[in-house]
Amino acid sequence: MSTSSLHTHRELDDMLGTRWRKPKLVKQTWLRWVLWIGLVTYLIAAVLTIPVDWSRVYEGLDRGWQFVLAFMTPDFVTRAADIRDGMLESIIMTIAASVVGIAISIPIGLGAARNIAPLPVYMICRGIVAVSRALQEIIVAILLVAIFGFGPLAGFLTLSFATIGFLSKLLAEDIESMDRVQAEAIRSSGASWMQWINYGVQPQVMPRLIGLSMYRLDINFRESAILGLVGAGGIGATLNTAFDRYEYDTAAAILIIIIVIVMGLEYLSGLIRARVQ
Amino acid sequence: MTHTGRSPKGPPDPSEMQNVIKMRETPMLRLEKLVKTYKTGDQALKAVDLEVPSGQVLALIGPSGAGKSTLIRCINRLVEPTSGKVWLGDTELTGLSQSALRRARRKMGMIFQEYALVERLSVMENVLSGRLGYVGFWRSFTRRYPQADVDEAFRLLDRVGLLHMADKRADELSGGQRQRVGICRALIQNPELLLVDEPTASLDPKTSRQIMRLICELCEERGLAAIINIHDVALAQRFVQRVIGLRFGAIEFDGKPDALTPDVLTTIYGEEDWEATIQKVEEDEVAAE
Repeated sequence: MSTSSLHTHRELDDMLGTRWRKPKLVKQTWLRWVLWIGLVTYLIAAVLTIPVDWSRVYEGLDRGWQFVLAFMTPDFVTRAADIRDGMLESIIMTIAASVVGIAISIPIGLGAARNIAPLPVYMICRGIVAVSRALQEIIVAILLVAIFGFGPLAGFLTLSFATIGFLSKLLAEDIESMDRVQAEAIRSSGASWMQWINYGVQPQVMPRLIGLSMYRLDINFRESAILGLVGAGGIGATLNTAFDRYEYDTAAAILIIIIVIVMGLEYLSGLIRARVQ
Repeated sequence: MTHTGRSPKGPPDPSEMQNVIKMRETPMLRLEKLVKTYKTGDQALKAVDLEVPSGQVLALIGPSGAGKSTLIRCINRLVEPTSGKVWLGDTELTGLSQSALRRARRKMGMIFQEYALVERLSVMENVLSGRLGYVGFWRSFTRRYPQADVDEAFRLLDRVGLLHMADKRADELSGGQRQRVGICRALIQNPELLLVDEPTASLDPKTSRQIMRLICELCEERGLAAIINIHDVALAQRFVQRVIGLRFGAIEFDGKPDALTPDVLTTIYGEEDWEATIQKVEEDEVAAE
């Protein structure tokens, strides 16, 4: 006992008065410098390889300015019927795809959580999530338009598919980080698996699930404006037509409506999330 | 003295001795060479043998990592034992199918260290969740429990003084209140055995005593056996009938609370000055009068 305390005191005497700094991630000073210089050199070289046609940019500035000016005079009237139809189609597409996508995401999310699913189920569900996330919406939409033809059906299916990858993954991650003991307590009472999920897991992940669902609804609406560009219906088709006809004022009107709706959704999701905490 | 022979208290008369011996022959809980080795290679339990007669409240003491938590979780198979047997009455638990295990779990109420209430459910939902082993999925999903269960939940909440909190959310309660709800949840299972994991570890000294007293009173009222993991040796001595000392996954001590001497504590926990830790039983009884 006394020898060990003597030993620590000698060690302490050696350390008193010496400089202390947070240990560096890379210990060798020269290697740190090499890494920094290498990184900066690469960034400069990489930027230099991007070709910029400055005269083209100069011409383009004018076209861009026209676009900005159009925002000052948005035209809601001339194509009012087109805008209304496109908007309705987008909203229907968004809501239907969100509801279907979320409904499918919940069982897949449960299966993709390692702490509650057996390994084979976990692998399959993670596989589905990976495929859904790897395929970008536009690519899926092009494929589905090829199969189902132009129109909102392809858009609806694309958004449902994309929702599954997004929501299942984040739901599974929330389940994986839940408080294990709360769930254990429910299991110890002799609850069945379904009861265990309903009492031990669901209350813990519900606020996050609702928040994510609202966020996905928001994303799906914005995506629905893009999917029209590849023929998958919705307001995007109307927007695309407006651009093709150089009707920037109509395009501006559509963009303004999209912005207002997205802001409205944002506000709504804030209200809902505050209630379910 | 009008002794009927049925009272669980009082000295057993000769005609009752037969029953007492029988009870000793088939203990309520029996562990046979229970072993748990974790995937990491840690041997948490090394062939533990233990018998608990019905109605006995025992404390399980020992240093952190001695296997106390693992031991009680192996009994209801929240942790799967590696080998050995667990007998609850006539049922051997380690070989049970999932559905048979669920039925067996109904007989074992569990109380947890951090209360383990489902925080976003109400007090009433938490208490009624103790009935999940008895009711079907739709009844539990729609929260339409049989009236008898609801009445029992009200009675238990009243017993622990929380009837007015029935519809509060669990996360609005204080630590002591949460543990009382945890106790109600375990008792509404109508168990034969309580598995209690560090019930007082997150509570202040006064609340700790109240909770321990409540658990032990309820065990006596209902004739329940209980295994209580506890760090506070003095608190254990004060309330239980038997103490088991666990060290490195093996039982080092099994005896009456007043048999805990500094030497015994040294074998369980290692070298330290134990005089102040040990409860002065006589003094305390005087103080309690």
